[in-house]
Amino acid sequence: MSEQVFVAMSGGVDSSVAAALLLERGEDVVGVWMRLTPGGVDTDAPRCCGTDQAGEDARRAAAKLGIPFYALDYADVFGRQVVDRFVDSYASGETPNPCVSCNHYVKFDALLRDVVGKFGGTRLATGHYARVADAPDGTRRLLRARDGAKDQSYALYMLGQRELRRIEFPIGELVNKSQTREIAARFDLATATKAESMDICFVADDYRDLVRSRAPHAFDSGPVERVDGSVVGQHAGIGGLTVGQRSGTGVATGERLYVLRLEPERSAAVVGTREEITRTTYELRDVRFTSDAPPSATFETSAVLRYRGTPLAAAVDVIPDGALLRLAAPALVAPGQAVVFYQGDDVLGGGIVRAGSLS
Amino acid sequence: MRRIYLDHAATTPVDPLVAEAMLRVLTDVPGNASSIYAEGQAARALVDRAREQVAAAIGATPAEIVFTSGGTEADNLAIRGALKAGRDSRDGLVTVATEHHAVLDTARDLAEHAHVRLRVLGVDAVGRVSAEAVAAAIDDRTSVVSVMHANNEIGTLQPIAEIGAICRERGVNFHSDAVQSVGALDFDVRQIPVDLVSLNAHKFYGPKGVGALYVRRGTRLATIQTGGGQEKGRRTGTENVAGIVGLGIALRIAAERRVTEGGHQARLRDRIIDGVIAHVPDAVLTGHRTDRLPNNASFCFPGTQGESLIVALDLAGFAASSGSACTSGDTEPSHVLLALGLERHIAQGSLRITVGRATTDADVDALLAALPPIVARLREASAVSV
Repeated sequence: MSEQVFVAMSGGVDSSVAAALLLERGEDVVGVWMRLTPGGVDTDAPRCCGTDQAGEDARRAAAKLGIPFYALDYADVFGRQVVDRFVDSYASGETPNPCVSCNHYVKFDALLRDVVGKFGGTRLATGHYARVADAPDGTRRLLRARDGAKDQSYALYMLGQRELRRIEFPIGELVNKSQTREIAARFDLATATKAESMDICFVADDYRDLVRSRAPHAFDSGPVERVDGSVVGQHAGIGGLTVGQRSGTGVATGERLYVLRLEPERSAAVVGTREEITRTTYELRDVRFTSDAPPSATFETSAVLRYRGTPLAAAVDVIPDGALLRLAAPALVAPGQAVVFYQGDDVLGGGIVRAGSLS
Repeated sequence: MRRIYLDHAATTPVDPLVAEAMLRVLTDVPGNASSIYAEGQAARALVDRAREQVAAAIGATPAEIVFTSGGTEADNLAIRGALKAGRDSRDGLVTVATEHHAVLDTARDLAEHAHVRLRVLGVDAVGRVSAEAVAAAIDDRTSVVSVMHANNEIGTLQPIAEIGAICRERGVNFHSDAVQSVGALDFDVRQIPVDLVSLNAHKFYGPKGVGALYVRRGTRLATIQTGGGQEKGRRTGTENVAGIVGLGIALRIAAERRVTEGGHQARLRDRIIDGVIAHVPDAVLTGHRTDRLPNNASFCFPGTQGESLIVALDLAGFAASSGSACTSGDTEPSHVLLALGLERHIAQGSLRITVGRATTDADVDALLAALPPIVARLREASAVSV
């Protein structure tokens, strides 16, 4: 069988251009699109790449490029690994990161394994803005996209060597948006862009309706408390709250209060002032390194706490079953969110903020 | 890469003689077959000729042939039209769990929205309904019994002669969806007591978008669409002259070649069945071993998914299907395979191989060489799946 590159096509311009770039390079390209409905996905979610409409867009792009195209069904794995996790996360007082879950469990696990294991493909390309490069020591490195403004490497930190050896991000090399448009025009591809990653792409309206329907107990009302335990109000359910968001309470005292912590066992929300909710130390779980191992037991890094967040000076201590993030200055990151370790443009790895740790 | 087409149950390539005749109609016969003047008469003559060809191929008279847009419309017209024309007290419909969606979903729609009393009969492990079960399901309010001749997914033939005899005795309309078998098997309405028969041109090397319904003389059938009154009011709408001409010629050719073609294809089918069973561990043949369409070899490979099988085979140069082309892209196991009593995880790994006129021994050799390693690879990859 020839060396085939499979391209995950969303119907958007980025993945279509990724396929076009591979074709220009003379690769044997096969387009695949992942059907994600049903499985908790709104069939009319306009930003979702897994709806039938998106599939039609992807098919048209593949036809323009003259490449084989397959619609493959990943509704089951998406429903379990992205939608269920999303709901569970909100219901347990965390802030989910569906793009990280999707990359981790769907695109670069289920799809990648099918491409290689079932269809005999050698590589999988996607329309992510990030880069993969060979390091002198023979490993593969994950890097920020050349166009820093479009960089999506934050949501890809979980990729290890096994995945990186099989992955390509052709558009990560492009320097700016006009280059994408120019290539799209050359191949007569539709230039409509899908919404950026980091959206909750699979719900059409309010994500809280989804959480409410799946986990009604997350919308039991409960007390809003200060750190000292004094009750300052009531909330309508922790499923509708996110750590770090402004709290409606505290108006009487004239203080600006933010959600500091959510305690699902007793449906309580703990709020505090800016000073009270920021910290320098966080415990991380599910820590992964792109080189499959930490650079050392303790290392300096630029930590990014949210998608397109500013890199913050930090140190990381690898501990059993996770890592400790020690920030140079206090900051807030919600449990369930990903913290990604950078060194310049290099993505070293990252982890998920553990709930209830070191409060 | 050389392509090997093994999905003739989905559709067949148009015979060159058919294509040639159709092109001549499209370029040289501009008239509407309903028009009085010369151009119209020329078109009408071609439609009449095709009607004679279809009638001759199945032992009918031309007046008993109604042209439609294909098999689905023929099924809808037969079932809806017969129920609609029936006496008010006759509101019963009996069909079988393994029917094509064109029949099954029509039946369910009628049960849901038109107060039709529906009975859906089960089948045995090879997909056959028993004539006794049909007899038991008929009551004095039954209007229509619909049982397909040959199953589109597993190829199993139903005992339609027996069922037809029962229906005739009980005074019930008997419809048979023979889309897969007309052209491939001897189908003579003088031998088989059937009142309504659906057929479809593109299953026997004719064009897509044209089919026919045989309506036995005396069968009460109401139209289900209204308009200009073509086809004696039974199927209104301007005749698809080129398509109808194509259907007629295609069926004539199929009838002429049936005996030699059937033998050739059945031999290749048996080579595939024997080869797959011998070389793919745990392969399950679906459908009846011998009482099946001469071109159909269908299997389940536990530990695989049909969708992956089709993609992997396509990448290796083979066109095959995991069941009905009408439900491709749907990862739900086929309703036909579930009706056989197969467990879902087995039914999910289905593959339908259907040979055709142009299929050669070399094609079968290539398939038998390619398939076992593909199944092994898919099983290995699935074993570690989430």
